[in-house]
Amino acid sequence: MAELHYTKTHLMAITAAKFLKDEKSVFVGTGLPMIAAMFAQRTHAPNLLLIFEAGSIGPQVKTLPISVGDSRTGYRAISVSVMHDNMSFSQSGWTDYGFLGGAEIDMYGNLNTTYIGEDWNNPKVRLPGSGGGNDVASLSQGFFIIMRQTKRNFVKKVTFITSPGYLSGPGAREAAGLPANGGPLKVITQYGVYGFQPDTKRMYLESLHPGVDVNEINANSSFEIIIPEKYAITPEPTNEEVALLKELDPTGMAIGK
Amino acid sequence: MKILAEGQGKLVGWHDPDEQREWVSKKSRAMVDKRMSIHDAVEKFVHDGDVIAMGGFGHIRISMAAIYEMIRQKVRNLTMLGKTGVHDIDVMIGGGLISQVEVAYCFGHELRGLSKCGRNAVESGKVKVISEISNAGHQWRFLGGMMGVPFIPTRTMLGSDTLRKSSAKVVEDPWSKKPICLLPSANPDIVFIHVPRCDKFGNCQYDGYIVEDFELARAARRLVITTEEIIDNERIREEPWKTVIPGFFVDAVVEVKYGSHPCNMPGKYYFDEEIIGEWLEMSKTEEGTKEWMEKYVFGVKDFSEYLEKCGGIEKMHYLEKLERYEAPLKAPWLEKKLKAGGKK
Repeated sequence: MAELHYTKTHLMAITAAKFLKDEKSVFVGTGLPMIAAMFAQRTHAPNLLLIFEAGSIGPQVKTLPISVGDSRTGYRAISVSVMHDNMSFSQSGWTDYGFLGGAEIDMYGNLNTTYIGEDWNNPKVRLPGSGGGNDVASLSQGFFIIMRQTKRNFVKKVTFITSPGYLSGPGAREAAGLPANGGPLKVITQYGVYGFQPDTKRMYLESLHPGVDVNEINANSSFEIIIPEKYAITPEPTNEEVALLKELDPTGMAIGK
Repeated sequence: MKILAEGQGKLVGWHDPDEQREWVSKKSRAMVDKRMSIHDAVEKFVHDGDVIAMGGFGHIRISMAAIYEMIRQKVRNLTMLGKTGVHDIDVMIGGGLISQVEVAYCFGHELRGLSKCGRNAVESGKVKVISEISNAGHQWRFLGGMMGVPFIPTRTMLGSDTLRKSSAKVVEDPWSKKPICLLPSANPDIVFIHVPRCDKFGNCQYDGYIVEDFELARAARRLVITTEEIIDNERIREEPWKTVIPGFFVDAVVEVKYGSHPCNMPGKYYFDEEIIGEWLEMSKTEEGTKEWMEKYVFGVKDFSEYLEKCGGIEKMHYLEKLERYEAPLKAPWLEKKLKAGGKK
């Protein structure tokens, strides 16, 4: 097979970036979400408002920060505020999009980043925990999930609901007291883009990435991803788009080489 | 108020607001010279078993000089409020300081990957995670501690296992009748914060990147400031609106230039990824961690000798240039990651 001009990571980052609409606000996490938000700002969404949990608001980030709190997040920002501010205005509804990843996900978009194993007291693998993840999932108007998909991490039941997706299904977020009408919007993996059905809140295929066999979707998931009769094919990134991505992450910290 | 659910996590750092007022009533408001050595500040204000929190953001504006000194003095059994714990908590665990953690974010190094040292300690049972929380949750615990109220109501964490393993409670909001999460306030026993500059009385000026220090400084029962620079009180009075932490909240002031190294000090110097990379590599094993401690903590007499070992003033000037986007980033962990092929 001929060598493609982009990698799967490039495709994921660029596809994710395209969902971020201009003149909206996005709460940005470490790694691919940062790259996607930076990419969107340099292309179709120059007025995308970036928000970082440690306090930066509205930066025009120049090179990829290592952390959501380091000084790179404040480059040409309109404000370097405080966590209390950014978390509070998210709670009152000012954050349109969040952007998360996870070690495990289920069909309702619930995410685990806390531990793997049988027992929270004696974890087999201890992960970092919520960080700002739960806050982003709880308080944003909606959020995107970007993660690599395997049968092992697309699970029937997550070990631990670190950050809430649709919990146990329709109405569960509201019943728990979470702000109304929030929840995961889309999941972007190396195989495709998944949405959540309005009536069941279950994950379904929205667009298949170019060159991917549709059977790979469920072959690489431990729960059933609904495949509708009609789904789109994700557009391939252009050479220019890939070049821009590399410019934003020249060392390959998030996108690899 | 009807209690709808209760987290099973252990409650730490909470004090009855009246007990906290009594504690505060005994503290001096006097403008006195609070300068001392980091050795004396740690000896005087840190006790085994304390509930501790660090200012800054895990690897941004961290009081590393204080961490190294606590390790040198063999402080033990601290309960860490791990509000974005990154390099700080990892080195603290490696140095044997911590036995319990309330986790918002710990055992990770953001883009650098997971922290082997902290992770090994939890997986082997040496360090116990006693409760989970989110970043906003932690910061609002400090807000409650600063406000002198027993809890802060919030809409985060609801419905999640993070809440179920936290020390929060869910009640019915008497107005909307919807479930609401109550976060218990926190007043940590000891807090270290590294600032760009302050006067000898502890009045601290910032250049942004305050994160949650405003709340944390006011919630702290004992507060030690390490600072890049000590400035004259007149400068504070000329621009009092720049003061983020007024000195009466402060117990001790320690001048340590480059005191956040190898962590980022916004506006001054960027991460020293070579030293952080060496830590990430060596701290994968207990022997390596010990060796690292011998080299950088026990093997030096103070922070300036440590800086010498890390490359001295030449290195510091490079990190200053890096902060100003005038030098390329050197990161051994990144080279390794890319060599391994990264993700395709």
